[in-house]
Amino acid sequence: MSSLTSGAKIVLECLQREKVEIIFGYPGGVTLPLYDAMYDSPIKHVLVRHEQNAAFAAQGFARATGKVGVCCATSGPGATNLVTGLVDAMMDSIPIVALTGQVTSKLIGSDAFQEADTFGITRSATKHNFLVKNLADLPQAMHEAFHIASTGRPGPVLVDITKDVFQGQAHYAPVSTIHLPGYKVYTEGHAGQIRRAAQMIWEAKRPFVYAGGGIIAADASEELRALVELVDAPAVCTLMGLGGLPGTHSNFVSMPGMHGSYAANMGMTETDVLIALGVRFDDRVTGRLAAFAPHAKVIHVDIDPAEIGKIRTPEIPIVGDVKRVLKKLIAALEETAGELRGKNATSRAGWWGQIKEWQREHPYNAETSADEIKPQHLMAEIDRLSGGEAIVSSDVGQHQMWGAQFIRFNHPRLWINSGGLGSMGFGLPSAIGAQFARPDKLVFAIVGDGGFQMSIPELATIANHALPVKIIVMNNGYLGMVRQWQELFYNNRLSSVQLEGFPDPEKLAGAYGFKGRTVQSPRELRGALEAAVREPGPYLLNVRVTPFENVYPMVPAGGAINEMVLGAPQPVEA
Amino acid sequence: MLQLISILMENKPGALMRVTGLLTARGYNIESLTVARTMDPQLSRMSIVVDIEPGEAGDKQRMQLIKQINKLINVLQASDLTESPAVRRELALVRVRSTMQNRTSILKEAEIFGARAVDSSVEGFVLEATGDSEKLDEFMDVMRSYGEIEVTRSGMVAVALEAKKLKLAPPVVREAEIETTDGVLK
Repeated sequence: MSSLTSGAKIVLECLQREKVEIIFGYPGGVTLPLYDAMYDSPIKHVLVRHEQNAAFAAQGFARATGKVGVCCATSGPGATNLVTGLVDAMMDSIPIVALTGQVTSKLIGSDAFQEADTFGITRSATKHNFLVKNLADLPQAMHEAFHIASTGRPGPVLVDITKDVFQGQAHYAPVSTIHLPGYKVYTEGHAGQIRRAAQMIWEAKRPFVYAGGGIIAADASEELRALVELVDAPAVCTLMGLGGLPGTHSNFVSMPGMHGSYAANMGMTETDVLIALGVRFDDRVTGRLAAFAPHAKVIHVDIDPAEIGKIRTPEIPIVGDVKRVLKKLIAALEETAGELRGKNATSRAGWWGQIKEWQREHPYNAETSADEIKPQHLMAEIDRLSGGEAIVSSDVGQHQMWGAQFIRFNHPRLWINSGGLGSMGFGLPSAIGAQFARPDKLVFAIVGDGGFQMSIPELATIANHALPVKIIVMNNGYLGMVRQWQELFYNNRLSSVQLEGFPDPEKLAGAYGFKGRTVQSPRELRGALEAAVREPGPYLLNVRVTPFENVYPMVPAGGAINEMVLGAPQPVEA
Repeated sequence: MLQLISILMENKPGALMRVTGLLTARGYNIESLTVARTMDPQLSRMSIVVDIEPGEAGDKQRMQLIKQINKLINVLQASDLTESPAVRRELALVRVRSTMQNRTSILKEAEIFGARAVDSSVEGFVLEATGDSEKLDEFMDVMRSYGEIEVTRSGMVAVALEAKKLKLAPPVVREAEIETTDGVLK
């Protein structure tokens, strides 16, 4: 039996076949046929208040689950509003599929109403994109989009669909096979290289594991833990990799890089074998490249061949899925353990001693004050409430760095933030996606007063769905990170960084029908946070913190990571 | 130095844009680019010449560029022919204005370069020359000495002398089924 089906229904049918349960989107002129079909669809559509937030919410969903997140926007302004969210997903390798409407195929190129060259605009914002002008191509494009987004190095894929394709009628034949001859994914890792890596790891005197977002993407945290325990190596997780190793694990040193801990950065600098897993040697991690891990032989595992040797040429390159490679690496290590394990036992014990000493010398400083709430104090309190189990969706800036320093994550997919692109306005909408994905979880949206004011419209989405997101605004009255740089590198000439006129949170939340308040006394902080968590619905807690606190340690731009500014402001050459 | 890249890609809308967009986005300068269908009309062959700084940093850039191009979904194979055995050719069409007295010597000179006249008028000739880029540069210099010239060059095209094995991804069965319907929506 085969009856005629509309293009719009075929889109939804394909989404169901891909097991999509939720779409974050915003309708418009050319997507009317799609939204009409959605009226009867079991797929839930969440109406956000701005398309950018649809992309961020889809990312929040994807980051919290590992499944493909889906967002949807109309042609022209709808599509262009998605772009930041797409680039953000590209930078952090997050699997999302964006559906956009396009003007009727005959009108393409005529500067029609709400026409934009979405296909051209999003070329560099996506892993791949499609423009579907023929209904016959639609099912293939839809499934290819999901395949490309979710396999290999994950990323965003956009499918731009013309209005006449939505409206057209066709006999729908499900597509189950896709053929992309140019899309090669190397997952297994080279057996010989893996053996060599095992040998190098056992022979290391000062091994150090540098684990990144690839561990999360590949669902390889168990394997990471097994590796770290087997060779008893100290390990750091990057901003994108936090939770890859439990934050309370004894081998976990912390986050490395610009605002990483002293021990993490010294470890990276002094190691003789750097085991780099699912990382891309980002400039925020390496600092000045010439001084990065200068004594180390590097083993680099990544699924993207272009990442290997892009920044640092490794001694042992391994292209593959980090989970599969780690399984094989662990097997190879176990095979040779009897013979090699004890080889450098003394050096390794000394290495651990050194790491512990660095940790003792300069721990993260969870400052508190009797008069004002220190941002570090706030994060330490959230850490206490979370116990390593809550989802924390962060915005971008100082609070993000303090969050990464002080809040521990005992599982992957709990720490959600915009790492590579650093998009302000990310934290609140991504918390929405995460809360829909994990209704069972306590979700904090930790945002600055800047990023929060970029995403205030989504308070309506939160209210509509009674999402119990705990919005914690770390309010210092400034664009704190920019202010910090102006203070340190621009003679404290504070140019356009003061945010005056923050709205009354009680009235603001009240206007959307939920509770909010300000807390500014350190004595009331714990109680206020606990009350927010106890509240069954959403809660907006505006936390007034010390305005002029800086994030330390800090590696100045262009500096070597072992030359951190550890504390009180010191003038540094820009 | 100049890097010569040969790309075999699917002949799909936007495929050219993906390659040129990637080059621009990653900060490479295109010297020349030619693209045309292959014997299989679904595939195109593209030859690109990119300006790369010489030395070790340039070698790294070259390798990085090939890897990035190979990541494009529509690209079946990108190879660096800079140092591989390959035949490299460029075509130039040159319009030479000439006086009556010069006509014979222009044709003789063209013959030396293996060029031939493809159009002739009282104004002068259009000459067609092929060769490697240096030879064409010399040819232009010689022709310029006869008077005003106008030149259109094709950019370099190349063919590798050793066939490189083409590795393609096999078809994938995407297991995704819904239980409630039979391929038809309720």
